Amino acid sequence: MTAIEIAAPFVRRRPPVAVRRRRFLVAVANHSVLIAASIAFLAPFAFIALTALMTNEQALSSRLWPHPFAWHNFISVFTTAPLWRWTLNTLEYSVLGTLGVVVSSVPVAYALARLKWRGRNLVFLVVLVALMLPPQVTVVPLYVLWAKFQPFGFHFIGTLWPVIAPNWFGDAFSIFLLRQFFLTIPEEYLDAARVDGCGEVRILTTVVARLAKPAIAAVALFSFLYTFNDFFLPLLYTGENPGNWVISIGLSQFRSLHQVQWNLTMAATLLVMAPVIVLFFLAQKAFVEGVTLTGVKG
Amino acid sequence: MSPWLVGFSVFFGYPLVMSAYLSFQHYDLLSPPRWVGLANYRYLFTIDPQVWTAVRNTLWLIAVLVPLQVVFAFGIALVLARARSGVGIFRTIFYLPALAPPVAATLGFVYILNPATGPVNTILGHLGIQGPLWFQDPAWSKPSLVILGLWGVGNTMIIFLAAVLDVPRQLYESASLDGAGPLQRLRWVTLPTVSPVILFAVILGVIQGLQYFTQAFVASGVASGQASQAADITSVNLGYPVDSTLFYPVLLYQHGFSDFQLGYASAMAMLLLVVSFAVTLVILFNSRRWVHYAGSPR
Repeated sequence: MTAIEIAAPFVRRRPPVAVRRRRFLVAVANHSVLIAASIAFLAPFAFIALTALMTNEQALSSRLWPHPFAWHNFISVFTTAPLWRWTLNTLEYSVLGTLGVVVSSVPVAYALARLKWRGRNLVFLVVLVALMLPPQVTVVPLYVLWAKFQPFGFHFIGTLWPVIAPNWFGDAFSIFLLRQFFLTIPEEYLDAARVDGCGEVRILTTVVARLAKPAIAAVALFSFLYTFNDFFLPLLYTGENPGNWVISIGLSQFRSLHQVQWNLTMAATLLVMAPVIVLFFLAQKAFVEGVTLTGVKG
Repeated sequence: MSPWLVGFSVFFGYPLVMSAYLSFQHYDLLSPPRWVGLANYRYLFTIDPQVWTAVRNTLWLIAVLVPLQVVFAFGIALVLARARSGVGIFRTIFYLPALAPPVAATLGFVYILNPATGPVNTILGHLGIQGPLWFQDPAWSKPSLVILGLWGVGNTMIIFLAAVLDVPRQLYESASLDGAGPLQRLRWVTLPTVSPVILFAVILGVIQGLQYFTQAFVASGVASGQASQAADITSVNLGYPVDSTLFYPVLLYQHGFSDFQLGYASAMAMLLLVVSFAVTLVILFNSRRWVHYAGSPR
């Protein structure tokens, strides 16, 4: 098999001119399509960025290029709206939520993939069901639960805790993804550790955690993105309490609350997009591997 | 494992059962729940004038957006798979919009597509085309959301790209030897091999379509504010313009958390639950006819 593949380039002759010309034209056509599509995909970013740099009058005109560039918009944004407050709230939710998802989902996924116990298949089925369930289905009783649960007179409605807490009890998508990955780890590694006297907990924290680094990184990334972007649940629990708004809610109310102009709105929009895009460039490999993992193994 | 099971039953099992129970109650959080039998369901199926609008809008969105997303993502993946250079750059460009937080992306599109001075209508105007009213026009608001959805197609595209690149070369070569042209190779080699991934994308798309909330909520809120220049509290302008973006989850939110008819919202949630499962099962059973699994024992 490999011998044939290595030999192939030597056997293959230079294709005739007509074939080469056709291949060249196909490549040109291919790249033209790609470049046109790229422009279409990048244009919205460009329009948002350009508007963010316009003065209010320009943003309301049909002008496309800012003149002069209003760089101070990015400062004004912070004085017109409590962006820092929203960012801190978002980080509270994202960091605590992501931590919870990883800490709680890894052991469950390991138990589902590698340990044999009664009811394992049933629990896995429940995870699959949870995966397909729209959040709207369970949201009403949960809201009632948090509204009625007032230990020492503390009200949970209006805070982010009802949104953070469930993450510490496993997330169906993460459990599913991790389980699929754990299944690919050769049993021999685990057996070797068992022979050396490792308990299951130790196997999980040393052998499995190290081998499954890409999958765990992907789960952490996706959880962070999900919580950073989440809108529905924070809206539900903190909608009436602007002090605890996360950035997605703040941004959605930005214009109507502050009667703000489009240029500042677009500056804020750009600032909200920026962290995610920076994160992507820092962790591009983990991203692409993770997305592929969900689709191909799923 | 067991702490997880406790948490899971509290945040998943309990609400699921409670949701069914509450759907037979009249409950507004203030006075104790009152048993009303099937009254909520009767109102849901026969009286509530907005339910059928919401159901129609949701079905429209799924029927239009999901196929378009799959075809669009698959087309880009095919072209990208054949590109000889710059694959990494193009892949990044197509993936970036998928990363943009939904609220930020929606806000950006409401501005870019704003009828009077938005960049898109400005450019169309230069070309001598009278642009539509986009988010302000009941006939164009859903298509505008579809464009927004197609912009964020990067996740699906990356999954397709990985699948297309995974198709064994020998299959193409033997098909060519049998005299298959490019289109026939696409139809009889590429499509069957990646069909499991297409199925995955379709199911995911439908599930997301049934939960479609954030973009509709933000777009209607911001677009209506743009029309009236009034500071609105959440949920007043849901469905703007003229209920054209009133999707099922949006209506559920309105009944449950704006009007606090929690019993009725639970009945709506139950219907969503049943439909979600029915749709997923129908797709899965149907798929046996067109999805081809290579004989890889697991």
